[in-house]
Amino acid sequence: MAELTRADVEHVAHLARLGLTEEELARLEGQLNHILDQYKVLATLDTAHIPPTAQTIELQNILREDAVQPSLAVDEALANAPERSGDHFVVPAILGGEGGA
Amino acid sequence: MPDFTRLHAHEMSRLLRAGEISSRALTEAHLAAAERQNGALNAWLTIYRADAIAQAGAADARIAEARRAGPAALAALHPLCGVPVALKDLVSVKGGQATAGSKILRGYIAPFDSTVTARLREAGAVILGKTNMDEFAMGSSTEHSAYGPTANPWDLTRVPGGSSGGSAAAVASYHTPLAIGTDTGGSIRQPASMCGIVGLKPTYGRVSRFGIVAFASSLDQIGPLARDARDAALLLHAVAGRDERDATSAPIPVPVELLSLPESDDEAASYLKGLRIALPREYFVEGMEPGVAARIREAVAAMEAAGATVDEVSLPHTDYGLASYYIIAPAEASSNLARYDGVRYGFSDRSSGEFIADYLRTRGGGFGPEVKRRIMLGTYALSAGYYDAYYLKAQKVRTLIKADFDAVWAAGFDAICAPTSPTVAFPLGARTEDPVAMYLSDACTLPINMAGLPGAAIPAGLSEGLPVGLQIVGAPWSELSMLRLARAYEGITARAPWRALEPAELHLTDDPTTPSPVGRRQRTASASAEGSGVQA
Repeated sequence: MAELTRADVEHVAHLARLGLTEEELARLEGQLNHILDQYKVLATLDTAHIPPTAQTIELQNILREDAVQPSLAVDEALANAPERSGDHFVVPAILGGEGGA
Repeated sequence: MPDFTRLHAHEMSRLLRAGEISSRALTEAHLAAAERQNGALNAWLTIYRADAIAQAGAADARIAEARRAGPAALAALHPLCGVPVALKDLVSVKGGQATAGSKILRGYIAPFDSTVTARLREAGAVILGKTNMDEFAMGSSTEHSAYGPTANPWDLTRVPGGSSGGSAAAVASYHTPLAIGTDTGGSIRQPASMCGIVGLKPTYGRVSRFGIVAFASSLDQIGPLARDARDAALLLHAVAGRDERDATSAPIPVPVELLSLPESDDEAASYLKGLRIALPREYFVEGMEPGVAARIREAVAAMEAAGATVDEVSLPHTDYGLASYYIIAPAEASSNLARYDGVRYGFSDRSSGEFIADYLRTRGGGFGPEVKRRIMLGTYALSAGYYDAYYLKAQKVRTLIKADFDAVWAAGFDAICAPTSPTVAFPLGARTEDPVAMYLSDACTLPINMAGLPGAAIPAGLSEGLPVGLQIVGAPWSELSMLRLARAYEGITARAPWRALEPAELHLTDDPTTPSPVGRRQRTASASAEGSGVQA
């Protein structure tokens, strides 16, 4: 399996939306490659005809009545928000330009 | 009357119903111990003094009412009515902080009760507070907490295990008879083992996870930590069972017999007669301490002498457990932790004013090193081009691991006995710079999560003065049988000298000059910074 380069580490960090310092990136490159080395043992196992297991209990299609239930009040739901405006969470502007905010 | 904090939960329950003690007095005694000793242990992140005393008062009123109403009303009370319990700090308690050991959730106040919390309230248990843990339950030492590590009361320079290390240390230190933990790869069993107490990870689906901070959703399970099998059974009974709000909780009845494990040691021991126990040869792994292996073999020999049949078995895919677990768990974590975006709750850095940059700063600044490592691993394993080689492959290996266990049950065995951790508690700072060494601490516990099985750790004596835990693994939904086996082992070892020992350095925690583990960590961190650093 592949060896992670510094560029790969930066790419994965961006995919994961993790802002990392230079020092963290350098440490992670070494540590992640060391961990990926441990994964190599899996390649020695032939699993071509083995089905995957996503979860271990045999529950499927758990349904319930589509009934209205009480939920959190607006103030309770917003109580932990870093920033609110009226009855809304304030989300950082995703699109720039006029009216973007 | 003995020191209230030395009572077991089942003894408290009996004395409360008999009117011989009050929940108020029990709760005060435990709060005082926790407050006095937490400086040296750092087992608790929050202590609910006022609220706990109010809950105790309510429990006393319920018990008094039931005593007036007669035996039927008293019998209808849950045995935990009036009994103190601690919760790992990833369990939601309405109006209380739930940090999951992370800076990103500092100050987060849960707007609702978890199902576990609600069921404990219904039972009348007294919630004392919240315990320390590795950040988002990712770790095996409680050193990955953003609020500093927890010390082990057997040796204050050592880890209590993790991630439920705060819960384990609090129970071992007599701050509470009971605590709730969670276990994704060993996080209940391994700290229970290292602190010399009982811990049970139930079958996947046994306990509702509604209101619990998620780590890896196909593996996470909630369970009890206690000082004996009977107490663990009472706590499991209180919280287990189907919950409409968690579709992965199973509609399997919770056995009422959990409330009546045998009191007599001889009666308990008789459960071993004719029991078939499997001893998996792969669990006596390379790197296992000889003292640990010796205690486990002695425990199994004692069970054999008491009438059990013990046979060695093979679980041939054990060696693939670690690698496949460390793909599946980080992959699921990377997905679950995507919710921490600094918008709806938690730490938020909006200093740049630019969406992506703030997002990066919020997550980069809010998560600690181990959580970042696992998010990176998981994101990589799930990224385009690698899914088949990593996540899908690991899920196929999970099929093989589960099949290994299925073969043991099909061969007629009642339980598997194995070590819980390959080592006793290790020194603070010993593994923080080497993630793989830390991961190896869970080599004997994580295959059980992969297979969704119930697993328990129970005290089996000491090695080098530190506790060793015997692991009992059962077939799905066999928690009652496992706890009967655990109780039987207590019965046959009731007079062993180590049973009477209290954690060797617990007395030091009463000394206000004993340094806190937070300070100890800073010292080890600065010492290791001069070393070689990353091992690649």
